[in-house]
Amino acid sequence: MALQETTYRDALRLALHEAMQTDDTVILLGEEVGRYGGAYGVTKDLIKEFGADRVIDTPISEAAIVGTAVGAAMTGLRPVAELMYVDFIGMTMDQLANQAAKIRYMFGGQIGVPMVLRTQGGTGRSAGAQHSQSLEAYVMHTPGLRLAMPATVEDAYHLLRQSLQQPDPVVFIEHKGLYTMKGTVDADAEPVAWGQANLLRAGADLVIVTYSRQVHHALVAAQTLHSEHGINAAVLDLRTLNPLDFDTIRPLVEDAGRAMVVSEGVMTCGVAAELAARITEECFDFLEDPVVRVAGEDIPISVSPLLEQNSVPTPELIAETARKMFP
Amino acid sequence: MKNTTLPQLYQEMRRVRTFEERVGELFVRGQSAGSMLHLSIGEESAAVGVCARMRDGDTFTTHHRGHGIFLARGADPDRMMAEIAGKDTGYCHGKGGSMHIADMGLGHLGANAIVGGGIPAVVGAGLSARHQKSGAVSVAFFGDGATGQGILYESMNMAALWKLPVMFVCINNQYGMGTRIDQATANPDLHERAAAFGLAARTVDGLEVEDVVEAATDLMEQARGGTPAFLAIDCYRFYGHARKDKSPYREELEEEEGRKKDPVLQAREKLLTTGLMDTAELDALDDEIAREMDAAIDFAIAGEEPQMQSMFRDVYAPTEPEPEPVRTRLDRILAQG
Ligand SMILES: Cc1ncc(C[n+]2csc(CCOP(=O)(O)OP(=O)(O)O)c2C)c(N)n1
Ligand SMILES: [Mg+2]
Repeated sequence: MALQETTYRDALRLALHEAMQTDDTVILLGEEVGRYGGAYGVTKDLIKEFGADRVIDTPISEAAIVGTAVGAAMTGLRPVAELMYVDFIGMTMDQLANQAAKIRYMFGGQIGVPMVLRTQGGTGRSAGAQHSQSLEAYVMHTPGLRLAMPATVEDAYHLLRQSLQQPDPVVFIEHKGLYTMKGTVDADAEPVAWGQANLLRAGADLVIVTYSRQVHHALVAAQTLHSEHGINAAVLDLRTLNPLDFDTIRPLVEDAGRAMVVSEGVMTCGVAAELAARITEECFDFLEDPVVRVAGEDIPISVSPLLEQNSVPTPELIAETARKMFP
Repeated sequence: MKNTTLPQLYQEMRRVRTFEERVGELFVRGQSAGSMLHLSIGEESAAVGVCARMRDGDTFTTHHRGHGIFLARGADPDRMMAEIAGKDTGYCHGKGGSMHIADMGLGHLGANAIVGGGIPAVVGAGLSARHQKSGAVSVAFFGDGATGQGILYESMNMAALWKLPVMFVCINNQYGMGTRIDQATANPDLHERAAAFGLAARTVDGLEVEDVVEAATDLMEQARGGTPAFLAIDCYRFYGHARKDKSPYREELEEEEGRKKDPVLQAREKLLTTGLMDTAELDALDDEIAREMDAAIDFAIAGEEPQMQSMFRDVYAPTEPEPEPVRTRLDRILAQG
């Protein structure tokens, strides 16, 4: 296997493929995951290899898909349910938040719910208000659910493999704008551990804490800041939001004295709000400036490409904001 | 009742067909907002046949494949096409697009990109109609795929329990994306479910638009009288699910057979054989419709993009302050430093 050139989409597929090969309790279920190969092609041809008993096409019944995964996980399978768009999470929220998330706790630790809910979110396709959201905060706001959001091709593979080893339910949110991104996967390499953030760029002046597609926007911005303004920004990819790797965030912020949090989700009560509050509380004495949030506008996403693009952070906005932190 | 002679029904169906073909063209020309465009080609008799029995004041919701329904209820093709192009000149100022088009003036309570998402609203509209003694019916249009959603059954049960003037119209084009109806349900006789809840329920073949009108006449009358109704209309989705889907999951032979169930051609043939219209008249009508829909494309392309600031409008009522833009907030905070 070793090192291979691939895409974010195919790295996800590889992870599913390997998990299914090595563990016959792994099953996939969801709308169009079988014959169609997944709305975004992630499960392409898996049905040919593993059959319709393990790659299960379902009716359009999101609540029951997630609920079925819960029951299967409680009784010996390791289901990977697919929710075609994270925007449909509301339809599954009872099964996810009241059932999957709470079963271990309510039942006094008798049993866990080792399932993965794969889904995708974000802007980029003029898909409109009901198909473009970033709803990770709903998940992060629910104790009992783990939350992974891969930004890179490598993590598409490793984070999904790791998600499939967790004892508790994992919501795994891909970004629709990243599926065709190219990169390499080394299936034999020791991956960054589950729950650990990854410092993708070092920088002593400012720490940009982010995840998912905004990692790439932040890297572009950091490059601009360095080459045009002599500002050295570190870029930290959180990889998982639950667990949250604050042990990596803390020393970086303490050293730099300035932190910015970037998220595609809406600003108010979003992931960025939680991160900014936490950094402010824990690193207060080290901060030169308030922690700055660059996040999605507090509005729905329009179908108009112009409005859509400007509803979420752009590399330009990140760079411009960072520059203003150094008057 | 308006629009129920065969020439009128044909004209409306041809308008839908041509409009949808132009939507495809808008996409190919790179002028549509995105590719999530779901054409109702092959389903024209459902839209036109049911809408022929709706009246001013009636309300309705549609699914993501609802262009034809809206057009059949009197939508302006210019403003529809502009919306599909994401322009300010569209019905929703470029915010909604193909899947979220609406017009309260025509009773269109909204298209929906959530499968089943628009169904329960007609129960609410039925309550309003009863409360206001308006005599209006509210109609939910949705696809066969929506029969997988529990909310359909909750809605039908409430409508029947409360005897509301509500009609559920299931456009059964045999597919939900790549999944054929018999792969999604063990009992494809969809009207049986509605009957079990106490609704007046029928299935009709959509090939003959006049059959759809007949069924809609019967059921909508019952709905207006407080016996909610369900109508499944059998048809075939001629093309892919959305613009980029080439339906690799369907046999070519099946598609060929399916496309023979063409309600537009069927009506045209009937007009010719019965002598109601001759070829020259039909061609002239088709040409006139083609010009109307060409003009819609021109209107859409010429339309202005929405203003950037409009992004903050209509999150709340116009009397309320708009959300503060992230940029403004950041400038304010950073200016303090
Ligand atoms: C709640 C929800 N689940 C899934 C989807 C993705 N999706 C969009 S259309 C569609 C198929 C719908 O089939 P049907 O209801 O028969 O309508 P058709 O497309 O055939 O007109 C699916 C699965 C969605 N938009 N909303
Ligand atoms: Mg269908």
